Amino acid sequence: MNEMTPTPEQRKKNLKGLGTERKRVEDARFTQGKGNYVDDIKLPDMLFGDFVRSPYAHARVVSINAEEALKLPGVHAVLTAKDLEPLGLHWMPTLAGDKQMVLADGKVLFQGQEVAFVIADDRYAAADGVELVEVEYEELPVVVDPFKALEPDAPVLREDIRDRAEGAHGAVRHNNHIFTWEQGDKAATEAVIAGADVVAEEMVYYHRTHPCPLETCGCVASMDKVNGKLTLYGTFQAPHAIRTVVSLISGIAEHNIRVISPDIGGGFGNKVGAYSGYVCSVVASIVTGKPVKWVEDRMDNLMSTAFARDYWMKGKIAATKEGKITGLWCHTTADHGGFDACADPTKFPAGFMNICTGSYDIPVAYLAVDGVYTNKAPGGVAYRCSFRVTEAAYFIERMIEVLAIKLDMDAAELRRINFIRADQFPYQSALGWEYDSGDYHTAWDKALKAVDYDGLRVEQGARLADFRAGKTRKLMGIGLTHFTEIVGAGPVKNCDILGLGMFDSCEIRIHPTGSAIARLGTISQGQGHATTFAQILASEIGLPADDITVEEGDTDTAPYGLGTYGSRSTPVAGAATAMAGRKIRAKAQMIAAYLLEVHVDVVAFDVDRFAV
Amino acid sequence: MHVQLTVNGKAVEALAEPRKLLIHFLREDLNITGPHIGCETSHCGACTVDMNGKSVKSCTVFVAQANGADVTTVEGLVNPDGTMSVLQEAFREHHGLQCGFCTPGMITRAHRLLQENPSPTEEEVRFGMAGNLCRCTGYQNIVKSIMAAAATMQSQKEAAE
Repeated sequence: MNEMTPTPEQRKKNLKGLGTERKRVEDARFTQGKGNYVDDIKLPDMLFGDFVRSPYAHARVVSINAEEALKLPGVHAVLTAKDLEPLGLHWMPTLAGDKQMVLADGKVLFQGQEVAFVIADDRYAAADGVELVEVEYEELPVVVDPFKALEPDAPVLREDIRDRAEGAHGAVRHNNHIFTWEQGDKAATEAVIAGADVVAEEMVYYHRTHPCPLETCGCVASMDKVNGKLTLYGTFQAPHAIRTVVSLISGIAEHNIRVISPDIGGGFGNKVGAYSGYVCSVVASIVTGKPVKWVEDRMDNLMSTAFARDYWMKGKIAATKEGKITGLWCHTTADHGGFDACADPTKFPAGFMNICTGSYDIPVAYLAVDGVYTNKAPGGVAYRCSFRVTEAAYFIERMIEVLAIKLDMDAAELRRINFIRADQFPYQSALGWEYDSGDYHTAWDKALKAVDYDGLRVEQGARLADFRAGKTRKLMGIGLTHFTEIVGAGPVKNCDILGLGMFDSCEIRIHPTGSAIARLGTISQGQGHATTFAQILASEIGLPADDITVEEGDTDTAPYGLGTYGSRSTPVAGAATAMAGRKIRAKAQMIAAYLLEVHVDVVAFDVDRFAV
Repeated sequence: MHVQLTVNGKAVEALAEPRKLLIHFLREDLNITGPHIGCETSHCGACTVDMNGKSVKSCTVFVAQANGADVTTVEGLVNPDGTMSVLQEAFREHHGLQCGFCTPGMITRAHRLLQENPSPTEEEVRFGMAGNLCRCTGYQNIVKSIMAAAATMQSQKEAAE
């Protein structure tokens, strides 16, 4: 190296790798309206599909008459379950081992359920066609309360699986019962609660919510009859998994399916599942021989695509008079809607709800979850969290608060008394998780100090006194929480989709001029992958991040991966990127040694070059 | 019906169904796909465009109502030399976007807001942007971007004077 060589620090900065500030490369497109979302895709002769949806939450479909709709100029076809049945596509499997109707097969189980699919020249003609499809319904009693759904005389929702004794996750005891999932030691927990100094009880309801990404779900299906290849563009958080699912559902060989996720306008779990719109668009493209676009409107999205939460969590927490927790008991009634379409790893019908002992050293615990069918839309996705972890965190943190009230103890102090101590790691939780490391006490004390917790309590007390004296109407609330989450779903025994371990991949090509392309099995929905993954790679192989293209979302070019959810892509696909980068660096090191005519072991990588 | 309007400075003439929405006319007839469809009910503001000097939600405006109007979309907000405008740069600089779906509406609305009120307070920005929803950012950085753009535009104006 000569005197002109910039310092390693300068060279690191020039790479714009890890630890440097880099403006997002995506933003130049997005701020100028040059994004490419699914509704921006326009193919020659493309048709548009739209659904006739059920106005009833539970009804028999007596008849469907599409005659008037088909007379309308611009309407090409109307698909019903009868049309899909010969193809075996009137129902489709769910990620949770259940099946769900693609189009109403004799009955509907939730308001907004897809009944018929109208294919027309454009979205206006499709909407007109939808208005003209006549559906005769016979209303049935509706059950939207999961507790009522389990009463002996409750209406049978899923007549297709009536009187079964066994479901996808073991024995069932009622027609509307999907599964019971039990973790921990029931007898020991109940014995501790029976003999405890103090027991606090609470029903914690985590309401049904909708991820509601600003861009709704949609797709464009294009079947090329000449080469037998299906191209499916869509709002898919996991393009490869969708390719596998489409292949399993449709019977089209997986190598003949190309799934492309373009820019995605937010996901939040809502774009994980397979929806009727995808299946109907594929069939419509095969039937008409033309590309078919389907894009939900907001009402469609809110009524029919995957929801989150809807957990009724009944809890009991036992403690000594001094506030040491001795046991935790939880029974959750999980409202899954009309079909069990939860997005959970195979072995976990209630996701990672068994992280519900939280950050605390709780000697015994018991968790039971009952999944229940009701007349609501299916779903059960991880909205802004890992599988059911938000539910678990809300449950335990609420139970701690309830216990603090019962003990008349400061809730921060109660947490401090019960945190798993730093010397207890690795810690085995009563519900089966190993916590590898942590120092909750230090983190907690730092956080409390940062907000001057003691000062806030004094202010709160003063305000309360003023309120009682009639001097103010403003009171102060202080919320506390300590969150233990499982993130970075990787290829371990606990995390899979349809039995596929949640690995991810990165494939790197170096161009002759020294720039590069990295392709990954993930897909950004706003996380800025094109920026971040290039930074990781820049640091690993010493090429400037600006010279690295990151490409995702096309299953014909990207290596197989399990997609992007909340906090997984950087830990998993980012690690794959680093590992693939190291292989290239090792190869480059051999080439450098050859060119420098020295042994490979004496060549060392130095930020962006090799030196002897 | 026959419509004539100016879109991003260009004269446009077309035949359109009277019921056709401006957003569909822009996106499907003119291939101007910057404005997005988020709700079709005026709630989310992803479709915001500038029409005769006012922010409108183009999902609830008929193209017939835009007959004779001067319409500007996010595509029309770049500098004349094709570089990113102060607002667009500010959104990039201050991480005012993630997935980008709401961004064209945000920027188009912010553009009009700053025309009407060149040095708004944070509260005025929040009030002025209340018709535009974002599901990713939590708004903090959107507000920060607009405040920063306002400051830059003010200092540019002062320097020019």
